[in-house]
Order: sequence, then C-alpha cells, then structure tokens
Amino acid sequence: MMELVFERTNGLTEKPTHYCPGCTHGIIHRLVGEVLEEMDIIEDTVGVASVGCSVLAYDYFNCDMTQAAHGRAPAVATGIKRVLPKDRIVFTYQGDGDLASIGMAEIVHAAARGENITVIFVNNAIYGMTGGQMAPTSLVGQKTATSPFGRDIALQGSPIRVSELLATLDGASYIERVSTHDVASIIKAKKAIRKAFETQKNGLGFSMVEVLSTCPTNWGIDPKESLDWVKEKMIPEYPLGVYKDVKGGK
Amino acid sequence: MGKVLMKGNEVIAEAAVHAGCKYYFGYPITPQSELVAYMAKRLPEVGGLFLQAESEVAAINMVYGAASAGVRVMTSSSSPGVSLKQEGISYLVGAELPAVIINVMRGGPGLGSIQPSQSDYFQATKGGGHGDYQIPVFAPATLQEIVDLMQDAFDIADRYRTPVYILGDGMLGQMMEPVEFTERKAAELPPKDWATTGTRGDGGPKITNSLRLDPDDLEKHNNHLQEKYSKIKENEVRFENYLTEDADYIVVAYGTVSRIAKNAIKKAREKGIKVGMIRPISLWPFPEKPFYETRENVKAYLTVEMSAGQMVEDVRLAVNGYKPVHFYGRTGGMVPSQEDILAEIIKMAGGDQ
Repeated sequence: MMELVFERTNGLTEKPTHYCPGCTHGIIHRLVGEVLEEMDIIEDTVGVASVGCSVLAYDYFNCDMTQAAHGRAPAVATGIKRVLPKDRIVFTYQGDGDLASIGMAEIVHAAARGENITVIFVNNAIYGMTGGQMAPTSLVGQKTATSPFGRDIALQGSPIRVSELLATLDGASYIERVSTHDVASIIKAKKAIRKAFETQKNGLGFSMVEVLSTCPTNWGIDPKESLDWVKEKMIPEYPLGVYKDVKGGK
Repeated sequence: MGKVLMKGNEVIAEAAVHAGCKYYFGYPITPQSELVAYMAKRLPEVGGLFLQAESEVAAINMVYGAASAGVRVMTSSSSPGVSLKQEGISYLVGAELPAVIINVMRGGPGLGSIQPSQSDYFQATKGGGHGDYQIPVFAPATLQEIVDLMQDAFDIADRYRTPVYILGDGMLGQMMEPVEFTERKAAELPPKDWATTGTRGDGGPKITNSLRLDPDDLEKHNNHLQEKYSKIKENEVRFENYLTEDADYIVVAYGTVSRIAKNAIKKAREKGIKVGMIRPISLWPFPEKPFYETRENVKAYLTVEMSAGQMVEDVRLAVNGYKPVHFYGRTGGMVPSQEDILAEIIKMAGGDQ
C-alpha cells in the first residue's frame, strides 16, 4: 500500500480555485486552511471574503463565510465578532486594492479599536480581478493598465506600506509582513499566520499578516520571473519582518 | 408600565430595545444624535452592544456582519448619512439579511439643512442603492406609533429576510410626547438557520453572499426577491383612513405632516367642506386600496408633503387618472402650516368657503 504523503487540508473545500497559473493566492489559501485545521478552529471560524481576485474565497475555505462589499471586510468582521460568543474566530482575506485603497478607513479603525480579528492581507502591488490597474501598493515606475508610463510619484504618489502604518496604532497587537516567493518564506508565512490566529484566540486584539504575492497575468511576466520580481523588486520596497508583537497584552 | 414622557429619537431607541434589538452600530448626525447617545447608555444595560463606527459606510457594514451572524441589529442616521449607507443596504438586500434602518430625514440636497423634511421618500421607496429591489418602509406619525411599528419592523425584517426602513423627520425625532411601551407577544418567526456563526454543531459551512456570477442564477435570485415583494405587498400594507367615508375631497399625507393636515381638515369641515385623509403608514408597499375605494366618489385629492413632490407620484399611480391629484409641498426644512393646508383644501374645493 502506498503511503499518503500529501493531501488537501480540511481547512479548504474540494472546489478547484479560479486563480491564474503562477498566482500565489492558492498557496496563501492553503496556509490559512492548514492553520485553521491544525488549531482545530475550522468549526469556530467565520471568514470574510472581500472584493477582487479573492472574492470567491467563500467557496474555498471550509468554514462559514460572509462576502463583504469592496474594502468593508474589517467592518463586516467587526459586526460578526462583536455579536458572536467569544470563542468564535473571525478573519478577513483582502487584497491590496480592497484593503489599502477603498478600505483604508475600515482597516485603520478596526486596528485602532483593537478589534480581536485576524486580517490576511495579500499584497501583489496591482488590481488583479479588474485587469491590472495601479494599486496604492504599486511600485514607483511599475507599468499597469492605469499607469501605462510607469507609476510616477509626481502624478500618482508613493506606495503605501500598510504594515508599518498600522503598527503605529496602539490597538494593533500583531503585525508581520511575509512573502511566498520561495519555500523558506512560505514556511515563515505559515508561522506568521498561525501566530496571528493565536493572537486572536488569546484575546489579544488586532492581528494582520501582510503576504507579498504574485500576479504573473497582470505583471506580464511568467510565474518564475514573478517569484523573482517579489524577491528583487517588492521586498526592498516592502521589507519582511515583524512590525508589532504585543505578546502578553497591551 | 404606564406612560412616560420622552423625546422622539429616544422613543425610537427604546422601542427597538423593546423589540429585542441588542446591537446598534451608528455614526453621529443631526437631527438624530439623541438616538445614538441613548443607545450608547441603554444597550449595555440589556447585555447588548453599542459601537460608534468611523463612518456611516462602516456602520452599515457592521450591521451587515452582525445580521449575517443572526442577531437583531439596527442603525440610524439622517439623510446625508443614509445616502452613504446605500451601498451596504443594497448588499443586505442581495444577501437577504434582516436589519432595521432609521432615517430621521432633514432637508437636502447635499448637506442641506438640519431642519425636518420628507425629501428621501424616493430614496427609501424606489430602491435607493444599485440593483433591482424594494425595501419595506414605515412612517410613524406619533411617538406611540413608533413603538408599535418598531416591533413590526424587526418582525418583518426577520420574517422576509430584508432590511426595513423607519422613515421619520426631524420634527418626529425632536418632539416630546407621552408613550407607553406595551409588551407584545413575540411573533412566530422562521429560525435563522442560514446565519454564519461558525459551523460547530450545526452542519456544513454556510455562506452569506450577494455575488451571483451566473446570469441564470442571478435572475432566479431576483425572481425570488420579487416573489418575496409580492408577499410583502399582500401582507404588510398599513394605512389610516380619517373621515373618508363621506368625503368629497381627500388629503394624502404621511408622518408629522399628516397631523398638521388633520387639524386643517377639522377646520375645513367647520367651513362645510367634506374632506378626509388617507395616511399611508407603509410607504412601500404603498397602500393602493384606499384610493381604489375612494376614487369613484371623491372629487379630487390633495397630497401634502415636506418635499417638492415625491409621494404624489404614487398617489397619481393609485388614482390612475380617475380624479385630479393636487400637490402642496414645502422644502428645505420649511413646515407647511395648518393655514397653508387649509387654503389648499379650499382652493381644491373650488372657492372661498
């Protein structure tokens, strides 16, 4: 009999995802699913899907799911978390267009209130679902559908570093930026996601993991080059690391 | 519990608590700020939660989250703030989530004024946000009526899985009257087995969602919503007829304006004009029946509103050309006086009685 060495995590459904080849959303979904399973909290969890490429996340996570309006996931998560029994876990899964642009007010205030929720913030420096437009996180010089000559600081301003920004707030308890460009960074990403959910489980307040991710389709390069692009272009702009870790309480 | 003297905005809040609402998310705006302050003090007393959101947009989305988790929840605002909530209200409709939304209307457009108005009738009764939907809308005329309608509003929201509006105006919010909070037997309502609360103990994962990418699927969903609206039209129409039995003329007014109109009608009757009133209490579904029943016999209708003419369109649809429908309205926070309305009644009746 063959030994089973790899299988689907029970944190995800059996539904095949719609993500493009080379996109790292699938890896990040799996990491979240594995953490939910390993912490044995799948049945206690309500996830909030956002608007963008991850809008269909409600079909992929094997827990109760709610779909939120563009940028509003932290407010929806607040509503859910505040009315359910304290043992329930609530997370949002948001992209950078959703969280860092239209949803900036909601994420800042959820963090400032110290909402005891976990935010998985997937940053690929572009709007994917709508066809590759400039995001607040797009790099200076990055060519997109709406910055065809490259992002110009004079015209479009500079990228927003969300982890650094939220880490200034007293309500934020745990904030880390991780990446998915190689195996070592994926293992680190999973540890960070686990720590974020543990922060919530321990009632310590707002936790967010910013995960640098790829978008080969809209970046216009192949999957391997995309992983290199994260490493060589994104990480210098968005340094990895722990930005806030309150540990035992605030 | 006997009668207590309270302010309109506080009555709205207390009536919601009596209707079993323990959760409130809102943002301050005049002229309904007393409601927010009342909830902030009151909800912790009943083991509930008051949370001040960073904006009306966030507030309605917190309502969406709480409603998806299966609790009775409400928000309140005034006209400009209700405009900001429209996106979230459309999502509530799409995801079929129950909630009660209070609009204590003020003058507009734009930042407008803080004085009473009825200028959001279109917004409330004709959709308001994007998409193809209706929301039940109730317009109390007295503080006591708020108490009764609030219980109905939460029951209807839960029964049909829909947001429900209570539409008041700044006058109703600011006036003081004695009210009695009567205890009512809880309505029989379907269980909220759709709520997303975590799956522990209740089966497989559930999803609350308004996205339906397949056109066939979305059309089916829209047809389902329309069937729901048909049921609401059948069961939830509310209105008051006042002196309509022998009336030659009928005034149509809702909310606080109807109270001023009533006094004008009494004066007109003293002058020998047989005039009555139809007061819509549900603005959607609009009460068409009292118009079908009177349009053969009366000579004309007069709609009075604190707007440039919004409800009058529904009155004209219900009268359907049988008789003339006149309109008198004030805007910008100006309130029609009893004398103004009386003069319009006399004009309608064709002369100087």
